[in-house]
Amino acid sequence: MNAPLQVLSRNKPLIGLIVLMTAVAVMSPSFLTVDNLLNILRQTSINAVIAVGMTYVILSGGIDLSVGSVLALCGAVCAWLVAGDVSVWLAISLTLLLGAGLGAMNGAVVGFGGVQPFVATLVAMTMLRGATLVFTDGRPITTGTGAGADAFWSVGGGYVAGIPVPVVIAALVFTVFGLVLTRTRFGRYTYAVGGNEVVARLSGIRVGVQKVAIYGVAGLLAALAGVILTARLESAQPTAGAGYELDAIAAVVVGGTSLAGGRGTLFGTLVGALIIGVLNNALNLMDVSSYYQMIAKGAVILLAVLADGRRSQ
Amino acid sequence: MAPAPGTPDPDAILDLRGVDKAFNGVSVLEGVDFSLRAGEIMALIGENGAGKSTLMRIVTGIITADRATTMTWRGGPAGFATPRRAMDAGIAMIHQELNLLPHLTVAENIGLGREPLTRLGLIDRARLRRDAAALLARLRQPIDVDRPVGTLSVGQQQMVEIARALSLDARLLIMDEPTDALTDVETAVLFEVIRGLKAEGKGIVYISHRLGEIFTLCDSVTVLRDGRTVHRGPVAELDEATLIRHMVGRAITDQYPYLACPPGPERLAVEGVSAEGVRDVSFTAAGGEIVGFAGLMGAGRTELGKAIFGASPLRAGRIRVDGQEVRLRHPRDGITAGIAYVPEDRKAEGLIQPHSIRTNMSLAALARFCRPGGVIRRADERAAVDRFMAAFAVRARGIGAEVRTLSGGNQQKVSLAKALMLSPRVVILDEPTRGVDVGARREIYGLINELKAGGLCILLMSSDMPELLGLSDRILVMAGGRLTGRFARGEATQEAIMARAVG
Ligand SMILES: Nc1ncnc2c1ncn2[C@@H]1O[C@H](COP(=O)(O)OP(=O)(O)OP(=O)(O)O)[C@@H](O)[C@H]1O
Ligand SMILES: [Mg+2]
Repeated sequence: MNAPLQVLSRNKPLIGLIVLMTAVAVMSPSFLTVDNLLNILRQTSINAVIAVGMTYVILSGGIDLSVGSVLALCGAVCAWLVAGDVSVWLAISLTLLLGAGLGAMNGAVVGFGGVQPFVATLVAMTMLRGATLVFTDGRPITTGTGAGADAFWSVGGGYVAGIPVPVVIAALVFTVFGLVLTRTRFGRYTYAVGGNEVVARLSGIRVGVQKVAIYGVAGLLAALAGVILTARLESAQPTAGAGYELDAIAAVVVGGTSLAGGRGTLFGTLVGALIIGVLNNALNLMDVSSYYQMIAKGAVILLAVLADGRRSQ
Repeated sequence: MAPAPGTPDPDAILDLRGVDKAFNGVSVLEGVDFSLRAGEIMALIGENGAGKSTLMRIVTGIITADRATTMTWRGGPAGFATPRRAMDAGIAMIHQELNLLPHLTVAENIGLGREPLTRLGLIDRARLRRDAAALLARLRQPIDVDRPVGTLSVGQQQMVEIARALSLDARLLIMDEPTDALTDVETAVLFEVIRGLKAEGKGIVYISHRLGEIFTLCDSVTVLRDGRTVHRGPVAELDEATLIRHMVGRAITDQYPYLACPPGPERLAVEGVSAEGVRDVSFTAAGGEIVGFAGLMGAGRTELGKAIFGASPLRAGRIRVDGQEVRLRHPRDGITAGIAYVPEDRKAEGLIQPHSIRTNMSLAALARFCRPGGVIRRADERAAVDRFMAAFAVRARGIGAEVRTLSGGNQQKVSLAKALMLSPRVVILDEPTRGVDVGARREIYGLINELKAGGLCILLMSSDMPELLGLSDRILVMAGGRLTGRFARGEATQEAIMARAVG
């Protein structure tokens, strides 16, 4: 077997993506156009950014259901800052810091409080959604017409060398966090904590601290997704991001990362996010109603989880 | 009496001939012959990775053979498709690695899958507990049947595992290294039970790396080497040296090499330490010294090791390393103080089973392969892992192989290498040769002695008495969490130690 084939045989999700794209290209001639492909990438970028953080959390043996609410609250705060004429970079930095802080709180509850990740982040999801509604008074916050508003818009709607800015950001996120995961101690510790917490502790890893940092990453990236979404829409919706946690989890799982923790790759998550993006796009191109889209998406996730179950036997 | 390789035995209840098995194209068993009669205790021995567990997993239907000329069980076909079918046919196995559910109680684990029911179809808990207690009484284990299994020591878990296998009342009982976590007292009880089963006409396959046990217990022996049957015959016709030669293909002299070192300065001082399961323990240990710890199961040796490492909190007492008092609140503090710990339970505490040899081996010492900022210098890491792979002669596909695909002994070597990669000043070895074959043991002892010569202070906790007596400079005996005896090398005898261990 030659090298590319070997890579394929070890990357079932990648085969799935190629098969899916081929099938859609045959069925719909407008699929394989530069515009449409860029469109898919742009639409996928928000989920992809969230899914990177979700990959860290799931690799560590946890789950984060609060990312959608973190996105909403951070988006609202960012819009409010920009509208209040805070400089764009400062507004974005403060927002990311807030997201990281909220995530770290999840991590502390899980890592030091010993609460199940599902429960801890479900609680955070509810509370932060409430906080968003309180903060926004239940109404959208527009970024206004101030000096920074235009510059801010380009974070979500602009282009660099013909490529949408969100796509560039997502690519950067994948590269940086991919390197962190495979090349640094932080990444190794993340795998170790998810692989076997007892072994990790006896190897000198401070499991609680590590979890604070891991959930912090998830919060940071959810906030980044919030910034992108808010910039693109030039306003923050209090209900933004509802259900996004499921898309992110789906991308991770479809990408072959084990829900049991300790096994998976960020490359897989990228492929998983693209599969979901292409699937959505194809169903739109073929005029399938969004109700059926949900069923189709569910079926794909089920397939991936079944495959994971077989693998771990 | 077992026949020579290749010849069939008309009286065999289990008869396997020409069994082949490969994993991912790598041949593990090649034309293996194995047979057993009713009422026979058959030893199955061989080096780590020789294929003993694989062969027995074929017999119990966990995996299937690729090819076999004959496989019969009591006259019928033996290639069972599932463990359930093998169990229904009267074959039970005690696996090498513990397979209990830690959150369930002892009774629940013993009865798992065969719970007695009341007339209403609910689990008859009273009977479940009674049956479990009766089985444990037969093994003379006063373990509370309501305790979650996860809170028991490895040895106690092993006894629960044995009780579960006994409860199946099988015609053939396969025991894959059942004593590797047991001390002499429990081993003696187990042997009595096994002899009872033999008298009832049951067949026993007994796998062990403690060769002494083969001569005390077994009638016949089958030796595997590199996936082939190299010897079959009665135990009475063999001596230990011949057996070893069959196993490893060469003679091993001096199985427990003692290295006399001039004692260095005091390295470790433990003063009045109390912790979970440990009461008021004081001792010192020098560089270039091996201090052995003897005791029965539950005597507190593992707990003491964990306390000295920082894995379980001290309730009282002080610990000094090289004269400096150290505060130990987390294993990381132990590592920082120059203490390394090799846990007895490699599956649950030592290694991350689905991860590679490489990431496991370097995990504790990762900081030394990092640039500031935590970027791993992967070439350095790789070189270090390669070095330990060679020094410990780990048999594996490569350093990327998942730990769970290694044989038990090779996993143990990886676990040891992981601790030694820290270049510690004090190393606590809890059952360091659990499941390790004679050849590899000899290599490990050689390495331990080299480290000793280099000034390392070694605490050796072992339930393998010849090993303890052979390697230690001093032996401390524990019972009920306390130190109950101290012996210098030469004064220590098995009897004297046992007298103190029983308390
Ligand atoms: N599931 C598997 N996948 C790949 N290789 C395997 C698998 N199981 C066992 N092996 C390989 O088969 C060989 C025989 O392993 P086995 O566990 O039977 O050895 P063993 O004789 O029981 O050794 P030990 O005394 O260490 O327990 C080893 O080289 C091992 O790495
Ligand atoms: Mg084995």
